[in-house]
Amino acid sequence: MAEILRLTDIAKTYVLGEQQVPALRGVSFAVQAGEYVAIMGASGSGKSTCMHIMGCLDRPTAGSYVLDGRRVDGLTRDELARVRNRRIGFVFQGFNLLARTSALENVELPLIYSRLPRARRRERALAALDRVGLADRAGHTSTQLSGGQQQRVAIARALVNEPAMVLADEPTGNLDTATSREIMDIFASLNAAGATVVMVTHEPDIAACAARRLLFRDGLLVADSAAGQEPRE
Amino acid sequence: MDLLLPASIALRALRVNTARSFLTMLGIIIGIAAVIVMVAVGTGASRRIADQIASMGSNLLIALPGSTTSGGIRGGFGSLPTLTYGDVEAVRTECPAVILAAPEQRGTAQAIAGNVNWSTVVYGATTDMFSIREWSLASGRFLTQAESEGLGKVCVLGQTVAQELFGGLDPVGQSLRLNSIPFTVVGLLAPKGRNAMGHDQDDVIFAPIRTAQTKLFGNPMPDRVGVILIQARSQGLMDEAQRQVEALLDQRHRIGPAKERDYSLRNLTEIMSAAQESSRTMALLLGAVASVSLVVGGIGIMNIMLVSVTERTREIGIRISVGATQQDIMLQFLAEAVLLTLAGGVLGIGLGAAGAVVLNTLLGWHSVVSGSAIALAVAFSSAVGVFFGFYPARKAANLDPIEALRRE
Repeated sequence: MAEILRLTDIAKTYVLGEQQVPALRGVSFAVQAGEYVAIMGASGSGKSTCMHIMGCLDRPTAGSYVLDGRRVDGLTRDELARVRNRRIGFVFQGFNLLARTSALENVELPLIYSRLPRARRRERALAALDRVGLADRAGHTSTQLSGGQQQRVAIARALVNEPAMVLADEPTGNLDTATSREIMDIFASLNAAGATVVMVTHEPDIAACAARRLLFRDGLLVADSAAGQEPRE
Repeated sequence: MDLLLPASIALRALRVNTARSFLTMLGIIIGIAAVIVMVAVGTGASRRIADQIASMGSNLLIALPGSTTSGGIRGGFGSLPTLTYGDVEAVRTECPAVILAAPEQRGTAQAIAGNVNWSTVVYGATTDMFSIREWSLASGRFLTQAESEGLGKVCVLGQTVAQELFGGLDPVGQSLRLNSIPFTVVGLLAPKGRNAMGHDQDDVIFAPIRTAQTKLFGNPMPDRVGVILIQARSQGLMDEAQRQVEALLDQRHRIGPAKERDYSLRNLTEIMSAAQESSRTMALLLGAVASVSLVVGGIGIMNIMLVSVTERTREIGIRISVGATQQDIMLQFLAEAVLLTLAGGVLGIGLGAAGAVVLNTLLGWHSVVSGSAIALAVAFSSAVGVFFGFYPARKAANLDPIEALRRE
């Protein structure tokens, strides 16, 4: 199995005025291609910071990060932008779709920044919408879609550039139980089709959908189900 | 660098919020329209003065009979006709800087054609006068050389007189009576309009000067002329011509330390040029004032763009998270600002041009929308866009994606 990402001794310290606040204090783990990983932890455990670093939205203070065989911890802002564009698909808790913009145009957004020609863009965005079962809603704007549908558009946007992995940050946090199940089903089927999914959540029943579970506490990785340590809060 | 992409992203972003985009543009629209109208009014005014200078005759000096003193009482200019036909001839032949000199005698007469009558100004003139004053013909011909020197009863009409006496008909070949003396109309002049003082230059009849003096005005001194029109060979020779004519007339009139000049020489072009210069300054001033409104409009755009960056922090965060580079974001916001100002510029040009037309038709102003004013407005408005768009664009491009996404 190919290794998608490897974090080695990743640390992140925020400087607030005179004070240094450590958010991550040396985290190491690897994710293989095709894995479905849930990262759990209380708020302040460092799971979100770890997610941002994995998503190349933030840079670690120390440690090395290899994504898809390439070190990315020392890249410039624009190089990171390119990595986010080509290698990573993001799904957020708050959907983060552009307002007053159609589902299709939202899904096209990453492709615009990949400089893909218009016709190819449309074609691939429609295919991605089709994968989440929203091909018939392509022209609807966010306000015309339900929460679950908006999150599906966001998933289509994450998938459209065929990234190495999909990172989901509390993807069901704003949704009711039934809709959450729908979204989790989509992630499960994506994973079954070969996609690597890494998800941050604090809900144990959502985490239970994932094949592997990691637990963060106080900036450290304290349990990894792959190593036989079942996380317990 | 691919500029089409940021432009299309910007266009999409502007379309999403049409009302705000339009309100933002309003400042620039009004600014550009103000510049266009002000420059048009200024240009129109100075062009009008230039036309009036041309209608008076170019490179023109006028010799007026001067004041005379008799028994200690000084008369004003023109109190005694001191200029003679001999002076005219001498000026023409003996001053190298002078190309033409023509006598002119002004008077008034009652013109009658059929059952219509009209009181008007009659100029006793010669054929050269038409050339010096730059008249052109609408029909017929000017006075000939022979008619100018003889006592023929022929005349040339201005448009206003022809209109009053003959209606829309061509007066050439018709006859009319001036102070009861029958004259034949041989020519009709093309219209010149009003002069700088608002005087209708077309309300005029030209007759041979000797005929006018003897038959119409009853001049007691038939060898004298009213004024002498003198045309210099070129603009550059105006001063030279003035010196030569003064020297010649001083000599002919025996002007010396003991005798006051009995004529005066006026350079009307100079006066008009000064008027034109002041109207040009006025136009510049108007343009400058209007430019201030453009700058204010630009600051308005900057404000809205700054508000827009704050308001759209989340959107920027989303764009960054899916892979927009700093340059992508920067160019998008710059393109938005430039598109807003350019669109505002185009609408402003339309509004300004319409405003100029309204001024022309409602107030009878002669404003002229010039291509250079339009080019200036467009250049200025896109410069305003780049200049005032830069700061908000940079602010947007430097946003931290995590912070930006967290913002509601």
